Amino acid sequence: MTVRRGGAVEGSALPRWVLVPAAVGLLLFVLPLLGILSRVPWTQFVPLVTSDSSLAALELSLRTATASTVLCVLLGVPMALVLARGNVPGTRVLRSIVLLPLVLPPVVGGMALLWTLGRSGLLGPALSLVGIQVGFTTAAVVIAQTFVSLPFLVLSLEGALLTAGDRYESVAATLGARPGRVLVRITVPLVAPGLVSGAVLAFARALGEFGATLTFAGSLQGVTRTLPLEVYLLRETDPDAAAALSLLLVVVAVVVVVAVRGRRNVL
Amino acid sequence: MSLHVDVRFAPRDLDVTLDVATGEVVAVLGPNGAGKSTLLALLAGLLRPTSGQVVLDGTVLAAGPGTFLPPHRRGVGLLAQDALLFPHLDVVGNVAFGPRSAGASRAQARSRALDVLAEVGMAAFADRRPRQLSGGQAQRVAIARALAADPRLLLLDEPLAALDVGAAPEVRQVLRRVLGRGDRSAVLVTHEPLDALALADRAVVVEGGRVVEDGPVQQVLTAPRSRFAAQLAGLDLLPGTFTADGLRTPDGGLVTGLAGDGEGNGERVPGRPGVAVFSPSAVAVHVTDPGGSPRNSWVATVVDVSPRGEVVRVRARLDRLPGNDVLADVTVAAAAELDLAPGVTVHLAVKATAVRLHPTAGPPSDGERVPVR
Repeated sequence: MTVRRGGAVEGSALPRWVLVPAAVGLLLFVLPLLGILSRVPWTQFVPLVTSDSSLAALELSLRTATASTVLCVLLGVPMALVLARGNVPGTRVLRSIVLLPLVLPPVVGGMALLWTLGRSGLLGPALSLVGIQVGFTTAAVVIAQTFVSLPFLVLSLEGALLTAGDRYESVAATLGARPGRVLVRITVPLVAPGLVSGAVLAFARALGEFGATLTFAGSLQGVTRTLPLEVYLLRETDPDAAAALSLLLVVVAVVVVVAVRGRRNVL
Repeated sequence: MSLHVDVRFAPRDLDVTLDVATGEVVAVLGPNGAGKSTLLALLAGLLRPTSGQVVLDGTVLAAGPGTFLPPHRRGVGLLAQDALLFPHLDVVGNVAFGPRSAGASRAQARSRALDVLAEVGMAAFADRRPRQLSGGQAQRVAIARALAADPRLLLLDEPLAALDVGAAPEVRQVLRRVLGRGDRSAVLVTHEPLDALALADRAVVVEGGRVVEDGPVQQVLTAPRSRFAAQLAGLDLLPGTFTADGLRTPDGGLVTGLAGDGEGNGERVPGRPGVAVFSPSAVAVHVTDPGGSPRNSWVATVVDVSPRGEVVRVRARLDRLPGNDVLADVTVAAAAELDLAPGVTVHLAVKATAVRLHPTAGPPSDGERVPVR
């Protein structure tokens, strides 16, 4: 379906009744936004989002989301390359494993991490021996966020790699470029838009992470209490602050969507 | 000897032996799916042969599944149908990519790139982006990019096929110039006889993953031994086995004719395979049996009738030699008089003096293997 700027539907005719459920679906997204706006205490907005606890949560959120996005890029780019170009057996199984965190309830993911890396978890005692404590630290926040946002980067980049195909890479190789040079000079620049949108999506997912963080990292102010956790905590004690911080997260989400859409349009 | 190829690639049932002398340009002709692009991929190092070897200037590029030189260490350039210019680099950046990969400094690579761009007449476009170029311009830059890497062997995979009619001649001209210097071997895959004639010294016909014909371009196109080359040349070709009198076709019929150019009757050893080649204009079409000698005559069913200028070209399927279509050119008046239309049964005849009989090697069937030289 192609929609003209004026809104006229052209091309194959769409039954009109389709518009009704489509509109209902849209309202499901739009009405809650209005709900937030209706609860935001506008006169108090600035003091609320600049309170000590809000700023601590915001700073922690930005720091951990940035760190986990970097981790996602470092781990996800090689993963996407292996999936798209690796010629390794069992690619389908690998892809399913990568998809898992996407469909797993984040709370379950958090529990899984706790039972693996927590003090009494699978690897916990071994880590304790070398002096590493992961559970309920800022590092745990980053790990939880990476766990849930890595699939976004991998899938987005893998799609870009498959779309780009390997013909440019073949040409580069026949021109004498070693595989490392092909990767850095040809592959990565070709899929840069996919990489950027994947990283932005991963950042957004990390910023909004709640369930896995709460179960695996807990909720300590300044250490593990990120913005979503702060909102959840404030929802009864200080609904005004919760609404203000919610709006802040909405604004970040809108910026992310616009950024990703902007990249897509470049493609 | 520059390039020696003797490879098998099982997944595509390819088994090719080919030698290319230094500076020689060999055209590889063949129908779609014959294995031409697979052959180039094996030479470029994009595929690993099942067995056999590829040797270039004494360097073993591949030998069996064990020895395998990756593409970037082969010195084999590849020019595809699409220019495939790296979209994130400008024109000079594209051409400088090869020299840079070989370790040249930024300045050296740029000056080399500008030199080669000048050779293909694209120096003025050095700072353009690939998307600002026309198809022909992009392909000229791609040629420059391949040359700048200074390959010992250049592979061209239908380099003119994706260009529009206006752009093809200019690019063909550039290729003719860079290939005509005689200092670089090249393998040119094409399905265009004109390109083979303009650019290549020798033509090889590949059918069903086998080389079925190998000779000077002119000879392959005028005295074809393979069905595909006959189609390219617009000639009729029937396979058979030599007897004392001529060529026995699989249906038991006899074709008589003259020996091919430069071939004495001595090469027509009874029992050996061969082909009968004749021009569609030499084929007479009758609706009723003209009687007389059963030699050089066949009963056939018309499958297609198409006007071609002064004449009407009739394609007829031989009733007793299925799989063999014979083309016959008749005048427009004759076509109307005979009421030729698909499904009509006709009698075809051709004079012995209009038939050339060529010996071939291998079985006289489809996909026959005929290293003629």
